Amino acid sequence: MSLALENVGKTVGHETHIADIDLTMEPGRFYVLLGPTLAGKTTLMRLMAGLDRPTSGRVLVDGGDVTGTPVRKRNVAMVYQQFINYPSFTVYDNIASPLRRAGLSRDEVDRRVRESAETLKLGNLLDRLPGELSGGQQQRTALARALVKDAGLLLLDEPLVNLDYKLREELRVELRQIFSRRSAVVVYATTEPSEALIMGGDTVVLSEGRLLQHGATHDVYHHPASMQVGRSFSDPPMNFIPGEVVGGEAWLGGGRIRLPLSGHLAEIAPGRYSFGVRANHLGVVRNRQDDIAFAASVELSEISGSETFVHVDVDGTAWVVQEEGVHSLGLGENIEVFVNPRNVYAFDANGWLVASPPRPGAREAAE
Amino acid sequence: MEKWPDNKAWFLVLPVVVLVCFSAIIPLMTVVNYSVQDILQPGMGFFVGTEWFERILHDERLHGALQRQVLFSLTVLLIEMPLGIAIALALPTRGWGVSACLVLLALPLLIPWNVVGTIWQIFARGDIGLGGAAVKALGLNYNYTASATDAWITVVIMEVWHWTPLVALLAYAGLRAIPDAFYQAARIDGASAWAVFRYIQLPKMRGVLTIALLLRFMDSFMIYTEPFVLTGGGPGNATTFLSQFLTRLAVGQFDLGPAAAFSIVYFLIILVFSWVFYQALEGMGKGASK
Repeated sequence: MSLALENVGKTVGHETHIADIDLTMEPGRFYVLLGPTLAGKTTLMRLMAGLDRPTSGRVLVDGGDVTGTPVRKRNVAMVYQQFINYPSFTVYDNIASPLRRAGLSRDEVDRRVRESAETLKLGNLLDRLPGELSGGQQQRTALARALVKDAGLLLLDEPLVNLDYKLREELRVELRQIFSRRSAVVVYATTEPSEALIMGGDTVVLSEGRLLQHGATHDVYHHPASMQVGRSFSDPPMNFIPGEVVGGEAWLGGGRIRLPLSGHLAEIAPGRYSFGVRANHLGVVRNRQDDIAFAASVELSEISGSETFVHVDVDGTAWVVQEEGVHSLGLGENIEVFVNPRNVYAFDANGWLVASPPRPGAREAAE
Repeated sequence: MEKWPDNKAWFLVLPVVVLVCFSAIIPLMTVVNYSVQDILQPGMGFFVGTEWFERILHDERLHGALQRQVLFSLTVLLIEMPLGIAIALALPTRGWGVSACLVLLALPLLIPWNVVGTIWQIFARGDIGLGGAAVKALGLNYNYTASATDAWITVVIMEVWHWTPLVALLAYAGLRAIPDAFYQAARIDGASAWAVFRYIQLPKMRGVLTIALLLRFMDSFMIYTEPFVLTGGGPGNATTFLSQFLTRLAVGQFDLGPAAAFSIVYFLIILVFSWVFYQALEGMGKGASK
């Protein structure tokens, strides 16, 4: 089934939760809803499911208007952040419940329950009650219950958030495989840019109830349409600094950083811009010949795993530098930071993308 | 290195041991002491073995009081539990109504027990009581001081009025703790209101309902003040429950030996009943509290 939202909005009292969303979703594809907490991801999912009625706009399924159709008459499955299972049912009965309500024969129910239990590695836990399972197993049960239905629309609202790191990685990989075999519209909400990148598919970036950008995940990542998308779809958020293009050079931060206008930046007209660069494209050591160095003072340096995140002050603007390896940098220390012009984004005065670096693959091919 | 026993830890538990001794063990042992002796005057007692236990267990008055007590507790539980759950389900979930309802519900719980008895004693009177007069006006011959049935009904209604709010408040707390996602999931599944109650709300409330049931059972099984004030155990012995029987034995007749023996039996009965209730509820829908 295909799902289309036409100009959908939702206001509660005087608060706008969702505004003017236009979105078409194709069957068999995977959509990531990316946005910070309170961006409206859950609200939008509830509208897609039919749990809530939009206050404006229409919801279409396969071209037919279902805006007023209650959720029980739609073919929808949903998985939540919390582990939602019937507490007094065994894993088997939990998975079987949507099928039994649909009135399927015993054999058919049994076959499909065992099949989806197998997919989610619950085969030996079918007699247990949810209370006797670990968090990961409980969420697997909830996922199996959603998958067994063969719903045309499968909504996953941050399903892995309450699991520990290891389990999350494991389930994420499995889910990607399971979804790739489905013909449903799968929508997966997350707050983490890295999760969106791992899951692939399409990404819909939401912020404060508005749709900022929609496209193939890697396109959105490499060509964020606006500064807001750049901020949302980077962890840590993309670094920005105001600058000016004059006489074949871009002067950033009042001239502290001077970039030659080459490559993708060659075409931009003189004027004022905001320049953006992701933390992983900044370094405290020189990587390439044409790296540009500039001075910055260290405000904080934190080590995460085998990487160092250095928070620096560049002409009054706070930036984060992500550097491979463990570096110890003292507070207030003046250091040199390196940036390569080929990784710099330019946004106009309204925050819209003007120039973005070519995709990594394309760049490699050009060299 | 040689190991030597370090007994310092005992000093740390000593205060608790002393406290428990004075608050529980010594009084209990005193009762045990009385229950196996015939005490004629202070410092002069004879060991009588199980005589008091035998006498008390064959006492017809005790049998009557025990039967009434069990019937009373079961009646009260059968009314209070479903009624409390129903009230909890009917309460509003948001807005100013929540606090208003909770305060109204909590009022009976805040009234001292003997005052509850006094309130109902007056309220249920046929001549000047609002409730009693209203029932009489309906043409019913109602008099709780003369008719055993009327006295029973009055005591049960008083108990229900007094304690159902506790069950309702506990059940309400249990209901509020259920994440909204459960209800959404039920809607997506197309579950009926009954299915939501039976398969989501009831199992999720199991923990608090167990506590409510145990509290209500123990309290109702030990009820003393309210019927004592309302009916004084009458008419006849119609509303004499175990506590009141025990008090008459110990304070009224000063039969300390049998009274002590009976105290121990009473204690054991409550312990056994509570244990049975607890086990039954544990077995029912295991793991549902999570």
